[in-house]
Amino acid sequence: MGGELRNRVGQVLLVSIAAAAATVAVCPFIGGAGLDPAKLLRQEAPDWNIFLHLRVPRTLLALLTGAALSGAGALFQSLLRDALATPSSLGVSSAAALGAVAAIAFWPGDEMGFPVVWVAALAGAAAVIALVTALGHLRQFSSFTLLLTGIAVNGICTSLILLLHSLAGITKSFQITHWLMGGVDAIEFPVLGILALILAPVFWWMLRLSRVLNVISYGETWAAGRGVDFKRVTWQGFAAGAVIVGTTTAVTGPIAFVGLLVPHLLRRIVGPDYRVLMPASLFGGGAFLVICDTISRSVFAPMEIPVGVTTALLGGPFFVWLLWSR
Amino acid sequence: MSLLAIDGLRFTYPGREPVLRGVSATVRGPAVVAIAGPNGAGKSTLLDLITGQKRPDGGIVSLQGRNALTMGREELCRMVAHVPQTIPADVPFTVEEVVLTGRIPYGRGLYENEADFAAMEMAMDRARLDAFRGRRFSTLSGGEKQRVLVAAALCQQAPILLLDEPSAHLDPENEALLWDLFAALKNAGHLILVVTHHLALAAQNADRIWLVEGGRLAADGPPCDAMRPADLERVFRVPFHWHQSEEGRVFLTYGR
Repeated sequence: MGGELRNRVGQVLLVSIAAAAATVAVCPFIGGAGLDPAKLLRQEAPDWNIFLHLRVPRTLLALLTGAALSGAGALFQSLLRDALATPSSLGVSSAAALGAVAAIAFWPGDEMGFPVVWVAALAGAAAVIALVTALGHLRQFSSFTLLLTGIAVNGICTSLILLLHSLAGITKSFQITHWLMGGVDAIEFPVLGILALILAPVFWWMLRLSRVLNVISYGETWAAGRGVDFKRVTWQGFAAGAVIVGTTTAVTGPIAFVGLLVPHLLRRIVGPDYRVLMPASLFGGGAFLVICDTISRSVFAPMEIPVGVTTALLGGPFFVWLLWSR
Repeated sequence: MSLLAIDGLRFTYPGREPVLRGVSATVRGPAVVAIAGPNGAGKSTLLDLITGQKRPDGGIVSLQGRNALTMGREELCRMVAHVPQTIPADVPFTVEEVVLTGRIPYGRGLYENEADFAAMEMAMDRARLDAFRGRRFSTLSGGEKQRVLVAAALCQQAPILLLDEPSAHLDPENEALLWDLFAALKNAGHLILVVTHHLALAAQNADRIWLVEGGRLAADGPPCDAMRPADLERVFRVPFHWHQSEEGRVFLTYGR
């Protein structure tokens, strides 16, 4: 049986990595501006510049962001033992967005770097995670009640974002609107590197935790009776989710439904064991967002639609179907 | 050295009356101990204190002479395996996967090792689950689920097993099988603490009864001593009738 599981994890990992690698290899060549292969081979402008400085970093950003959102979705679904738990439904994404919008609105001057928005988004996400953890542990809220709390948090954050948007000047207001639309824009390689350095250790930790996540799915009493420090693992898991959601949201803006759609689709294909599901969700989520981004910049070319629109249009109906079939 | 010793255990849920007001007992060797008492008497809380899932307000739990309150969680779970009343019915894993959760205290690596699978096979065999090994837990009947949870506790290979109303969903055949299993485990060197409302079966099968009343042990001893009708009637507020066979087994009936 042990060998079977190892083989299955190996096979799923291989297929997931191949899918992610295939999207990264193919998608940069697709988009509004057609790229001339001959010019690319000769590294001639503007095709080479578009490819190297726009398409490639954008694709890698989509890969990392999709992995983070999908992995966080799988993680939260285990910790709360609820199929509908995602960074969005818990209010983590909207709180990160509020933090980022507040930073954009209040930071003096028109230019601001990634660290400022990142810290603000992370603070927003961390605040909601602290609230969820406190309600869950101190007041013994059920996962259902925590998800209801997430609805309230989403409502409050959305209202505050609209308030900040209304009070900001024209320039800031435009920046906020653009950021809120949720997009995978071109990004400088150093920022991409920082992003990867922040996310990679958390992804590794999530993969190492996957056997314990299986036991967490049985509920607190059973997990504690098997030697798992339920409260500590839950707290750590939420913190990890806050870091990866806050970090990617700071760069891309809010992107909905990835954390819901991808883990659920994959759970139906690879089964509920997190040792298989977690790596599949990370690589599958990355591949999914790369494809969504490619669709976003290709369907109405030369115009682009924000990737958040594409994920919502795909994820919204899936969400309804999920509720229907529960 | 005793297998289990509890001394002066006290516990109060926030904002409520004390549920345990100083429970003390010692079990020196392998035995089947039935814990009986009315609803809300603190039986499940007592198990939670022994397993370290709740910290007592006062008192000591000793496992094989060592203070359980200072043990690490995994070490504690290698000495005490706990089967709660229920787990979520929709757990999406197979019987084998549920049983293997008993091996978590032995290592957090991604994969189980040969020793883990050997322990699982032994537990499946003892709980007579071979026919169910590939079945999804969520598709089993209440009684079958209970046997799977007991098997997971056996897979934990702890010398002390605590079971909270394990026969609540079992038909008479499965209930009898479970008590037979307890007897076999005792003979293999285990201490079994089982919370139960099935007093008649406890009287026939347990070596010892802990009768919990008002946060204390109202009686502690073999069934013939600890299940006297007057004590039971006072604790449960219904008339009890008992008969002792020549071999010393106690048969109980109750009702007005």
